[in-house]
Amino acid sequence: MRKVAIIGVGLTKFGELWDISFRRMITEAGARAIEDAGIDGKRIDAMYVGNMSAGQFIRQEHIASLIADQAGLTPIPCTRVEAACASGGLALRQAMISVASGIHDIVVAAGIEKMTDVLAEQTTEALATAADQEWEAFVGATFPGIYALMARRHMYEFGTTEEQMARVAVKNHHNACFNPCAQYQMEITVEDVLNSSPVNTPLKLLDCSPITDGAACVILAPADKAREFTDTPVIIAGTGQASDTISLHDRLTLTGLAAAKKAAELAYKMAGVGPNDMDLAEVHDCFTIAEIMAIEDLGFCKKGDGGKVTEQGETAIGGRIPINTSGGLKGKGHPVGATGIAQAVEITQQLRGEAGKRQVNGAEIGLTHNVGGSGGTVVVHIMKRGD
Amino acid sequence: MSVPRFWREIPNRYNLIGTKCGNCNKVFFPPRYICPKCRRIGKLEPYKLNGKGKIISFTITHVAPNGFEDQAPYALAIIELDEGPCLTAQVTDCDPNQVKIGDRVEMVFRRIGQDGEDGAIYYGYKAIPA
Repeated sequence: MRKVAIIGVGLTKFGELWDISFRRMITEAGARAIEDAGIDGKRIDAMYVGNMSAGQFIRQEHIASLIADQAGLTPIPCTRVEAACASGGLALRQAMISVASGIHDIVVAAGIEKMTDVLAEQTTEALATAADQEWEAFVGATFPGIYALMARRHMYEFGTTEEQMARVAVKNHHNACFNPCAQYQMEITVEDVLNSSPVNTPLKLLDCSPITDGAACVILAPADKAREFTDTPVIIAGTGQASDTISLHDRLTLTGLAAAKKAAELAYKMAGVGPNDMDLAEVHDCFTIAEIMAIEDLGFCKKGDGGKVTEQGETAIGGRIPINTSGGLKGKGHPVGATGIAQAVEITQQLRGEAGKRQVNGAEIGLTHNVGGSGGTVVVHIMKRGD
Repeated sequence: MSVPRFWREIPNRYNLIGTKCGNCNKVFFPPRYICPKCRRIGKLEPYKLNGKGKIISFTITHVAPNGFEDQAPYALAIIELDEGPCLTAQVTDCDPNQVKIGDRVEMVFRRIGQDGEDGAIYYGYKAIPA
């Protein structure tokens, strides 16, 4: 198996992009990544695109063909992969495997979601299709509802508080202020979160990630060829993916994701590292409680201590393990299919030392954690600065 | 959605018919068609649950999905049934603010929602305090 490097990254602005279409978003992100890699588009061998639901959001399926077409890259193979909000992470993993295998050399891993072309309630309904339609959504469960069930149980078992959850949102909004691509470049306070309108108790509006349009793209090459394109290659040192039951109620625990633990274990093992080696991580904070569970599942703190270490500032930039320096899903925005790729873009920029005011000093190794649905799919990647 | 999609689940949703593995005796609700533990040697048969259990987590839904707006705010819970399996259901016939983890509940037959203004009304289970 060959070592694989990231040689270029590109992002669109994240937000409510009413004036920019799906096809324009993906070509913008792609063009930026190609320019960043300094590569001729003719050298690209294949594309993998993460997208949750163009069918529901813009009534367009078969987007692999559309994207290859619009990118001017036909006839190369282009493949769409779907695992709800983990679609992007999964696209990265598939692209990496195709380079590692030797089948392809230069491969694009992209992610995109255009979420604001339908009404907000249709967006919520589309997102709910990542849950079990027959036995969760049927009885009136939404995604905030499912994560609220985890939050309530986490509070019950470990004494986690609503203030601790609010601190996740406050930190991630703060980080987003230094990210020019972020949807919400504005500070919020713990009181703002606590006083925001209830969605599903104990989760309030500002505990939830927003509805976002956005696209992200990374370009992969075999590590031994990476220096041909860049002086700052980033090596994908580990990849892990795991599955779990689609319904939350079928799991042995509600207070953590078994698939996240498993995916992390696989990625750490492949990279030959552990949680204490990480300089930073981008985790899937679709709701504030999700970040608290993520840092526990990834081994950054003891089970049950996620709220406490957040409150103590250990996950802030400058803390023991900075989490979501990009602003995370909460502050940067969460265009579901793009999120897993956008996480890899952030870690790449951090490892290259290009993250500006949100830079983690001396960052050499980082992790991405991308969750589909309520944890039915989790993908973890570990990235290292190239030698 | 089409009528057959509601209709085919009627026994499970109206009468809490799950499945039970004849090899390891584990009970499943919602029904499964393969026992994840016994796999090919498992023998799944229909099994009626008694509908009694306890709340292991809950939330009060203020922002309801389409078709449920008129019911908000409503309590939604994960309930562990006495036979072992867990399910997600609304908790009704009580003040949602009084619902707690550990409460004993009983599943009852109720109207769940409606498929749009002119669509089928569909029924299933909700929990009430026991």
